[in-house]
Amino acid sequence: MTPPTLMKLENISFTYETSPVLENLSMSIEEQDFVGLIGPNGSGKSTLLKIMGGILKSDTGSIRFKESPVSKINKKLFAQSVSWIPQDHPMVFPFKVSEIVLMGRHPYLSPLSFESKEDFEISQRAMETTMTAQFSDRYFNEISGGEKQRVMIASALAQNPEMMLLDEPTAALDLKYQVQILSILKNLNAEHKMTLILAMHDLNLASRFCNRLILLNEGQIVRDGPPQRVLKKDILEQVYGVEVDLDSKDGNIRVHPAIRS
Amino acid sequence: MTLSLFFLIFIVTLGVTPLIGSSKISLARAFSDSISTSNNVDANILFQVRFPRILLGALTGAALSVAGAIFQALLRNDLAAPFTLGVSSGAALGAVIAIALNLNIYLLGLPVVSLFSFLGSLGAIMLVFSLVRTRHGEFPTGVLLLAGVTANFFFAAMVMFIHYIADFSQSFRIIRWLMGGLDITDYKTIVSISPIVFLGIFILLFISRDMNLISTGVHSASSRGVNVARIQKVGFITASLITGTVVATCGPIGFVGLIVPHTVRLFVGPDLRILIPACMLFGASFLVACDTLARTVLAPTEIPVGIITAMIGGPFFVWLLKRKRPA
Repeated sequence: MTPPTLMKLENISFTYETSPVLENLSMSIEEQDFVGLIGPNGSGKSTLLKIMGGILKSDTGSIRFKESPVSKINKKLFAQSVSWIPQDHPMVFPFKVSEIVLMGRHPYLSPLSFESKEDFEISQRAMETTMTAQFSDRYFNEISGGEKQRVMIASALAQNPEMMLLDEPTAALDLKYQVQILSILKNLNAEHKMTLILAMHDLNLASRFCNRLILLNEGQIVRDGPPQRVLKKDILEQVYGVEVDLDSKDGNIRVHPAIRS
Repeated sequence: MTLSLFFLIFIVTLGVTPLIGSSKISLARAFSDSISTSNNVDANILFQVRFPRILLGALTGAALSVAGAIFQALLRNDLAAPFTLGVSSGAALGAVIAIALNLNIYLLGLPVVSLFSFLGSLGAIMLVFSLVRTRHGEFPTGVLLLAGVTANFFFAAMVMFIHYIADFSQSFRIIRWLMGGLDITDYKTIVSISPIVFLGIFILLFISRDMNLISTGVHSASSRGVNVARIQKVGFITASLITGTVVATCGPIGFVGLIVPHTVRLFVGPDLRILIPACMLFGASFLVACDTLARTVLAPTEIPVGIITAMIGGPFFVWLLKRKRPA
């Protein structure tokens, strides 16, 4: 039995200025999916995530969340179901970690109001889940890259969403933090039934953590399925334009660029 | 808690400054029943000269400071302010055009000079906004300041042109007004501008949490349910409105919108729900204090308050720039 569909995209196209970024793209996301969105730089991963998050509007096509067209859903209501986390987090003003996490409660608050006790409790739980509670009083700009990423996940979690979209959550992090972030996400997916879509560059981590990979190239889906169906030598070589070797350990596929000198 | 500290500063400033001035006044005589109102010099100085001037200073300081805080948040750049963005000089151009055209009339209860001034400031912020915004929706400091300088030069040139072709009496009014000062005022002016300033600040408070989110990034704000385009529009229009309103009355008084939000943020943090009321209170106190200095430092000669704020603001701005530069 297949799980119910959470989001359905049909014939999505998006053009930035004059260059097409996404072309006639269709797919559907099922509940509790853990999707790795992979593909070369400029293949349209970030744009696709922004369209799914309601941040950008596609030029053509339709996108539905639980049967309702996203364009018809109130922005705040949509934010109560879907959250999006950017790749990097430049911060001009000295907000504290706890303040950033509390901002996730925005879609639940009315104008001129402050957060209630309940909002504080939800934020506290989000920080505990992401192991950020111990530095909640520090300034966001003073913590490390891996900590920032966890704080942003906590903030997205405070939105209490059913689906989280993450734009390269492990980029620019060292190995330890990469695994830590992905383990937190894996736990959210398994324990909290969170649907996750991650744009990723590291194919090995993607194959290890995700149950479904979507390979994008030049704004189109090249292949969509479980890692072992997507990570194929001929397909990867064609899309990335580099020779690769594949091997497999404990059922996990590993990809190595072949460097011959 | 910290807000009550700023409230205390505000109360003390407004309580003490009316008593300071080039001519000594006695409270006992000012409130005495035995002297007739027309003969009571002390009461006249206190109620007809100092009080309206201090109230106007408080309104102007509050408006410019809140506008500065809003521009900084919406442009995600803490060097943005009505003066550095060219918004004040845009407002000045609008007001000078109205003065030169002798538009000494009221429209819907509002002075036409204020209306022109508002349009000038709105034009300036739109120009800077569209000129500077990158495709990722950012406002890099270097380009922002250059655009502000360019706008300032352009509007200043237009003002000079109008000044040059104006006749003598208009020319005098323009130059006096351009110096920026709180000295020529009465209760009527205060009654006509305060509703706009207070309404504007209330609107800005109403959207303050949305603007907090925008100050951390437009895309993440959007993903949390903020209608970014609408909030930016309302924020810019309202901040320009309150800037234009006070600039029309007092002339372009510089740097208040830069110094005050920065100082206040050090104490209350960047949350606009707190920052806006704190800027109101401290901005009011700051400009009234500067104006008291302007009234007394060379007494009996008064210097325009814009000179005092610029003398404090210039070095402050240099310090900010230096601190901002990566090591």
